[in-house]
Amino acid sequence: MSTATLEPRVHAPRNYLNADYGWKSWLFTLDHKRIALLYMVSVSFFFIIGGSFAVLMRIHLVEPQGALVQPETYNKLFTLHGIVMIFFFLIPSIPAVLGNFLVPLMVGARDLAFPKLNLLSWYIYIVGGMFTLYSAIAGGVDTGWTFYTPYSSTYSNTQVTAVAIGVFITGFSSILTGLNFIVTIHKMRAPGLTWFRMPLFLWAMYATSIIMVLGTPVLAITLFLLALEHLFHVGIFSPALGGDPLLFQHLFWFYSHPAVYIMILPAMGVVSEIIACFARKRIFGYKIIAFSSVAIAVLGFLVWGHHMFVTGQSVYAGLIFSMLSFLVAIPSAIKVFNWTSTLYKGSISYEAPMLYALGFIGLFTMGGLTGLFLASLATDVHLNGTYFIVAHFHYIMVGGAVMGYLGGIHFWWPKISGRKYPDMWARIGAVIIFIGFNLTFFPQFILGYLGMPRRYAFYPAEFQVLNVMSSAGATVLGVGYMIPLIYLIWSMRYGPISEPNPWGATGLEWKTASPPPTENFAQIPVVTEEAYAYAPEEAAGD
Amino acid sequence: MQSFPFQPEQASSIAKSVDQLYLFLTAVTLFFTALIFSIIFYFMVKYRRRSPNERPKAIEGSFPLEVLWTAIPTLIVALIFVWSSVLYFRNAEPPKGAMEIFVTGKQWMWKVEHPEGQREINELHVPLGRPVKLTMTSEDVIHDFFVPAFRVKKDVLPGRYTTLWFEATKVGTFHLFCAQYCGAFHAGMIGSIIVQEPDEYERWLAGGAPGESVEQAGEKVFQASGCPTCHVADGTGLGPSLLGVYGNPVKLTTGETVAADDAYMRESILLPKAKIVLGYSPIMPSFQGQMTDEQLNNVIAYLRALGKAQPKPKEEGKQ
Repeated sequence: MSTATLEPRVHAPRNYLNADYGWKSWLFTLDHKRIALLYMVSVSFFFIIGGSFAVLMRIHLVEPQGALVQPETYNKLFTLHGIVMIFFFLIPSIPAVLGNFLVPLMVGARDLAFPKLNLLSWYIYIVGGMFTLYSAIAGGVDTGWTFYTPYSSTYSNTQVTAVAIGVFITGFSSILTGLNFIVTIHKMRAPGLTWFRMPLFLWAMYATSIIMVLGTPVLAITLFLLALEHLFHVGIFSPALGGDPLLFQHLFWFYSHPAVYIMILPAMGVVSEIIACFARKRIFGYKIIAFSSVAIAVLGFLVWGHHMFVTGQSVYAGLIFSMLSFLVAIPSAIKVFNWTSTLYKGSISYEAPMLYALGFIGLFTMGGLTGLFLASLATDVHLNGTYFIVAHFHYIMVGGAVMGYLGGIHFWWPKISGRKYPDMWARIGAVIIFIGFNLTFFPQFILGYLGMPRRYAFYPAEFQVLNVMSSAGATVLGVGYMIPLIYLIWSMRYGPISEPNPWGATGLEWKTASPPPTENFAQIPVVTEEAYAYAPEEAAGD
Repeated sequence: MQSFPFQPEQASSIAKSVDQLYLFLTAVTLFFTALIFSIIFYFMVKYRRRSPNERPKAIEGSFPLEVLWTAIPTLIVALIFVWSSVLYFRNAEPPKGAMEIFVTGKQWMWKVEHPEGQREINELHVPLGRPVKLTMTSEDVIHDFFVPAFRVKKDVLPGRYTTLWFEATKVGTFHLFCAQYCGAFHAGMIGSIIVQEPDEYERWLAGGAPGESVEQAGEKVFQASGCPTCHVADGTGLGPSLLGVYGNPVKLTTGETVAADDAYMRESILLPKAKIVLGYSPIMPSFQGQMTDEQLNNVIAYLRALGKAQPKPKEEGKQ
């Protein structure tokens, strides 16, 4: 049996997977593709951890008085769920896994600009992750992923410092990855690959990297100040020590709002690639989509105050932040219209990556539109701090970013592993995830409008029906996530061998073998055509 | 288990107007979601791949369409922005003559003090149809005063005052939630707003422990802390007279003029050197840590009362 499955490998040319064996060849690798796989394994690990916390929370909330754990434990569950999912899964997911694998391939280079820095960023990520896991084992942390002061700095007696150090350290991994991408995209594009011939995934990575490099240091400084107050009682945020209780929120959201775009912009890049490939069409309004990514990245830095409409900040500040937040909606809407128009007169097929991409458009549209409720001052006053917020950002981050990540994994899996997965199972998985997601989070919009605050370990009985509905949906969602996990692992060994370009996609990454050789290309390619040259004229010249 | 409504109760003067905006936003959301979904489904069926060799022609994009679908969302969000901001500004300031009530949040309870001196915990009795202004502060971490039925919410911060106002339009008992995570029993920091007919409310007030009013309590703290030693009513003391100060502009040594509001009074008691009244020296000691938040609220209530008095030499000799 093993010889039968291994047989094709014998004939397989040297590639990055079989170039070398043994743990040293992985842990000391400088190959961006192997580092991408190290990241894939690590973010999947954290996704499972963060997901298990969510499962426990949803089980707990089936009963109004709380079905499973003590309130203190529940508080730790939602805190660690948020921290793990945001800092250790969502932020690194697409950039560090798919971006690492694809940026050099897409620009036609042999590796990223700084391969050693790239490996270092993975180690930094792992060290940060260890601190966070330690804090979870050593008693957990109960501040919420937002670490609001003065609760976090002077009142909580949980592992605040360990987690703050963990997130602080991991931030440097983001900064280094962003730096690597910016330099690579600027300096290492293949001959002929001009800025406006780049695939939109590269534009998205570029915009994301700028946010990472500019925003993450602010988070690091903020957490440093928090740890300083927590450990040494230096008065920065706590009024009892002479500090300002709202300063923390300004600093925190100055990073953490742009961080939402670190999560969603890469997914938008993935979706642009998938839609173009499975509709066999050049993306509609290429330049508009590219520029809207940059516009979102810039505007994203100017809207942090919309998290603080009810803190007592000046009504005029509220007015400005509200207006700027509405402005971000416009480039997002433009993207949705352009993706939809790409389908017009296309030749559309429905393999799993396309189902994820279409699911992304639908869920991102709902997530974006419900954001209008929160940018608008009068309704935000009612909805802020309720389950409406929880539903809204899960539509963006799970419905958007996670669907984008899974779509990307399915799209490039044959390239990454050299194998195909069972398409029927993949389609079933995508549909179950889409349905399970909506069943879980749609009821939470209603819950929030009815007034149920978030982060409640127990709640008035009138909210039970909607909570039970949400928990029931979560079981469907959980099953949905198990399916790809199983068949993707299965396919690594038993999946049929994939040809270099199974989808008939354009883009330099498809012009090399699957899996690619360690050096990516035998010869550095020369680019002579626009991105997404799916039309017959260009195809003829190919 | 019971079934659930799709709208929370409307029990305040602003609830209906907030809900109208909410419904409009829901309509916009449903319309565009339905639009995008149906276009996608239509294209999915109409342009499905019929043969593996299909190679559709490229479409570069369309400038007029880009302008159109930039302009339409811009107009819609501009409309929502204006609508919601007008609504928000109209409700930002409490009407004149609103009843003033102090609220103090602490892990994990709400403490309420009525002007007449009634104290409540996790309950707030208010009369129907009368604007109520809450002046709120926290003894520890950030809390948030949220009454879904009134569509009002405001953070309650340590070391600061925030205000919130509402006018109840329905008799009944409504949820009061803490909507800012505040520690282990955050979920238990809930209370009730009890809206009563005005005469019933008067009876409740009269029936409650006939304690002293907040102003009387404040006057006691004021005396006991030795304030009148310097703040002499006729203005001959080492500190300025406090008659007629609250609610009026105050000139500072820096040349600035500030409004003597709750925040100013609180700061002047806790951090007296931050702002010095023109003509006086920075000699007042800080009362940080010597008054509880509740005592501080009482003193400020007393100062409010003094603010309404004319600065006359002989009135209230104890100044």
